[in-house]
Amino acid sequence: MIFSAILVALIALGGWLPNWAVGHITRSLGLGLVVLGLMLMLRAGLVSFGQALYYCLGAYSAGTLMHFYKIQEALLLLGAGMLAAAVLAAILGTLMANYRGIFFGLLSLAFSMILYGLIVKSSGLGSTDGFTLGSPTFFGMALGESSRYALFVTACVLTLICVWGLERYLRTPLGRLAPAIRDNEIRVEYLGQSVRNAVHIKYVISAALAGLGGALTALTVGHIDPEMAYWTTSGEFVFILILSGSQSVIAPFLGALLFESLRTYAYQEFPYVWQMVLGIAMLLVISFLPDGIWSLFKSRKAKHA
Amino acid sequence: MNSIASVFIDGIIYSSWLFIMAAGLTLIYGVMKILNMTHGSLYALGAYTAASFVGYWLNHGYPPLATYGVLLVAAIVVGIIAGLLIERGILRFMYGKHEVILLLVTYALFLILEDTVKLIWGVDSYAVADPYILLGNFKIFGLSYPMYNVLLLGVAIVVGIGLTWLITRTITGKLLTAVIHDREMAAAVGINVERFYTLTFILGAILAALGGAFTAPMVSIVPGMGVEVIVLAFAVIVIGGLGSLPGAALGALLVGIVRSASVHYWPEVELFSIYFVMALVLILKPKGLFSAPEARKI
Repeated sequence: MIFSAILVALIALGGWLPNWAVGHITRSLGLGLVVLGLMLMLRAGLVSFGQALYYCLGAYSAGTLMHFYKIQEALLLLGAGMLAAAVLAAILGTLMANYRGIFFGLLSLAFSMILYGLIVKSSGLGSTDGFTLGSPTFFGMALGESSRYALFVTACVLTLICVWGLERYLRTPLGRLAPAIRDNEIRVEYLGQSVRNAVHIKYVISAALAGLGGALTALTVGHIDPEMAYWTTSGEFVFILILSGSQSVIAPFLGALLFESLRTYAYQEFPYVWQMVLGIAMLLVISFLPDGIWSLFKSRKAKHA
Repeated sequence: MNSIASVFIDGIIYSSWLFIMAAGLTLIYGVMKILNMTHGSLYALGAYTAASFVGYWLNHGYPPLATYGVLLVAAIVVGIIAGLLIERGILRFMYGKHEVILLLVTYALFLILEDTVKLIWGVDSYAVADPYILLGNFKIFGLSYPMYNVLLLGVAIVVGIGLTWLITRTITGKLLTAVIHDREMAAAVGINVERFYTLTFILGAILAALGGAFTAPMVSIVPGMGVEVIVLAFAVIVIGGLGSLPGAALGALLVGIVRSASVHYWPEVELFSIYFVMALVLILKPKGLFSAPEARKI
């Protein structure tokens, strides 16, 4: 509820915000969507070090459709990114659902690096340089200057739908199963639930969110390159995930906004120490806020009550 | 014929380099159950320090042949200082946390060390080619190779035999094996587990720095050079089985040969091939080629 109010306010505000801020928030929403998917996995105790696979796949699906097939419709491109990621995840998920802990992370890392290796060597896709995208159209209309704002509104609406959907999902028996899987999956199986299926479904949902986030980022930034599949990109997602924690569906977006701001401004002001700042922040969060920054809000609320 | 020979020779050279990197990583995982991402930073630190030391050495007109000793000293200095700082300063407060959390802690440390390198050495590139050129070339099957590569192979063999000897033939190694098998039991019979953790981490750090130091003469030393090494070393030890030394050797050989074969016959798939092998091994033998079966605990 609060989140939808914030988003409506954001959309209204978006008209007044300067261009850079609109782009900044849209990028953060894209990142937040990816982390939202990772959060779903984290609730089941699984951390993927290769989510960049789906992020990059989503971006390249949207990118190639736009670049080579001249499809410009924003919603279609975003949907394509999401769909491509979900389809691949449904296939790879049959394998991934058998893996836990560090091996889940490592296998997902291997898959993402395979995609990286493929794109780097495909000259048709611009190899290491990637390629630049034009502006998308919205319901057939080329909006020119205001297309940035239109994309922002689209991102806000899509985020709202995803957050709402995921919130609903987490309340279903399948969604509530996640912490149980994390704590003791053999007991979950004794309860008559298939852990494999539950993990597979979560994996597909999280990949779809990453694909959507990737496509959104591609349209916002207007450029895609293979770095999007590199392990450091996955590392950034995991960083935001740890920052946000798994307590709330809104936290990933706060975390993403924080990270994106830190990256943009710290990188400009202190190009040599910004990673150090990230690293120290991460150590502090792991040591003192094991549930992420969200626990700050929570404990304050608990005290009030 | 020539091309097959060169595939194998290139493969073995690359494998020796990979093995030096992977041995330290797998050792640390075997004992401490930490998949150590700082390995890449320690590698970079080793390379930078070696470049500085060798530069200093040659500028003062000391005998150039001794630079190989300087490389070794650089690795040991980096390993002891950085290893001690990381393990005693941060990691020891994190023991007992989940494996994945420990991995994230080392990721945070990796980010910090990346910038530390930039703060110390700046962002310009360094090069110390002297040790590489000094030994000249040798010919085999009509192909010419720098003699330095033989040195690299020698270092890898010494590392492999040395570690095996340390673990299987010395009292320290026996105690270490006890720690690997059951940390609590080892502590109960009076083994100072914490000290073994520190020693293991320092040894692993020295090996990472050694890899960096001996790579330094072959490449241009730039910020971010450790980033790629991390995933490569991960791939090697995952293929062999986490924590297994013979596994790391086999993984290094496999990755080395596969990579050089693809470079020679099908360069488009070079990167792809390495991670394809990694994924394939994880799929067929999820815990790596050298892994013992494990019981599921309820």
